[in-house]
Amino acid sequence: MAQLIQTSVAERQTATAKPNRAAHFVIGMLSPSIVIILFVVAFPLIYSFYLSFTSFNLLRPSTTWNNFANYQRLLQDPIFGQAFINTLLFMFVTINAAFLIGLFLSQIIARTARGQSALRTLLMVPMMFAPVMVGFQFRWFFNDQVGLVNNVLTSLGLLQGSIPWLVDRWLAMFAIGVATVWMNTPIVAIILLAGTLSISPELYEAADVDGANSWQKFRAITYPLLGPFITIALTILSLDVARGFDIVSIMTGGGPAHRTELLWTYVPRVAIQDSKFAQGAAMSFVTVIVTLGFTVYLFRQLLKSRIL
Amino acid sequence: MRTSSRRRVVSTVLDVLVWGILIAMLIPAFWLVFTSVRNPVEVNARPPVWIPRELTLEGFKPLFGQSTGATGAIPFDRYFFNSVLVALVSTAIAVALGTMAGYVFARYRFRGKNLLFLSIMLSRAVPGISLSLPLFLLFARLSQSGPVRLIDSPLGLIIVYVAVNVPFTVWLMDGFFREIPIELSEAAQLDGCSEWQTFTKINLPLALPGLAASAIFAFLAAWNEFQIASVLTRTVNSKTAPVGLFDFTGQFTIDWRGMSAMATVMMIPAIAFVFIVQRNLVRGLTFGAVK
Repeated sequence: MAQLIQTSVAERQTATAKPNRAAHFVIGMLSPSIVIILFVVAFPLIYSFYLSFTSFNLLRPSTTWNNFANYQRLLQDPIFGQAFINTLLFMFVTINAAFLIGLFLSQIIARTARGQSALRTLLMVPMMFAPVMVGFQFRWFFNDQVGLVNNVLTSLGLLQGSIPWLVDRWLAMFAIGVATVWMNTPIVAIILLAGTLSISPELYEAADVDGANSWQKFRAITYPLLGPFITIALTILSLDVARGFDIVSIMTGGGPAHRTELLWTYVPRVAIQDSKFAQGAAMSFVTVIVTLGFTVYLFRQLLKSRIL
Repeated sequence: MRTSSRRRVVSTVLDVLVWGILIAMLIPAFWLVFTSVRNPVEVNARPPVWIPRELTLEGFKPLFGQSTGATGAIPFDRYFFNSVLVALVSTAIAVALGTMAGYVFARYRFRGKNLLFLSIMLSRAVPGISLSLPLFLLFARLSQSGPVRLIDSPLGLIIVYVAVNVPFTVWLMDGFFREIPIELSEAAQLDGCSEWQTFTKINLPLALPGLAASAIFAFLAAWNEFQIASVLTRTVNSKTAPVGLFDFTGQFTIDWRGMSAMATVMMIPAIAFVFIVQRNLVRGLTFGAVK
């Protein structure tokens, strides 16, 4: 911190201008945020990292060191492997689906002539839903007995009997995915819509003169100019990806029979229900690394697009 | 003439299509509100009853201290109060702290800055499930030995939500302050403003739309958070509304209508908050992207 340089002001006022005052200011402005994040995020993570090397559990809270036993057990646990793969698949598919659908919505809304701002307001509605409530709502929609989806399919004569949406592994993953994408798409659409509307109409007029069709205009003008907006949208998506936990835990709870188990549902199952806290801590550490790896990748892009 | 009328038809068809898609997409939201005012017979009717035939406010009764057949009375006033308290206080603190840090990231250069920025952002991406259990153990220990109670208290939740919401605010405000011409700050400093005065008197007023956008996000995140609240809260002393929704679940049944009623009421503050600062939301989110 001592070698602080104030980007513009101090530099231009010759380097001797009160570097100390600026340093104190920077430290003072940053430390409240850093302290609270250390207390709420870093400290618990370190604590649970430590516990993941012990035999700690909620019934017998002794911290006997047992090396890598918990991590070895993870490698031998087929359900953990399954949950790991499910989680990666889930994050990859829902982020991409939310992005593509959001992009599509933003493009069609940008072309509407009537009530564009009303449409934008409507888009915000899913953002106000608590993720828990999204979970409950879609659990009911996909319920095989009374749910709206089967009910409508039956009424339309498309279905006899019922589809076991939340029982079959892939159907259940699909249903959870639909709920998650429903919750996450609007923010993408809103940001990309703002981006699309910020593009100068003259560019499109010039393209019209050259006889470009809609797809060519999208490829050559809209998409490249949306670049920074896309990064913002993907960053928000990746930061909130773990909110999917609320939805999964309510719609299926990882079941039936671990079919839709994600790391987020398997950790509390092991740590609380089976009261193997240390085992759960080891697992949650792997979860953190997977999630953060995903986010770091997207952040790299963000940092690159910025002059720091 | 012919092409312009054809164009008008195409544009009308497109508009109808877009409105159709959006309304279809919002069925879950409409359905929630409709369910809350339905006659119970309609809730699970086959074939589905789309628009409620008769309106009844029966479903809202458990929220206001009256029990119905399906569920007993729900201490909704307490949940609601806890939610408002926790969301408002944590939003105010998170936005204040995040704005301060965001300003420094936008305006100053120092060693380890990129790494610090990345670490702060990553702290937001840590899944709640990996935090809630160790936080519970730590808070429980602190509550035992110290004078401050953090388990089952609004204070504990406020502290957690501040930390959860600071990173996003830092990110948004960093982008915002970057857009404010640095010449303004330089002029202010030449006129003898201190670092702090340059921040509060020159930059902060210009960054108000960013503050509004940050506040929406922080508020919605805190208002709707469930994962950590479900572990740290125990009783009506601190339970927030999302946790309270579970009062409508029995072992084998769920009172859909009651739950929908509560969720509908829960959305009112969120909607009000978003509407008040809506314009700034879009501007705030995309400010850094427009060059």
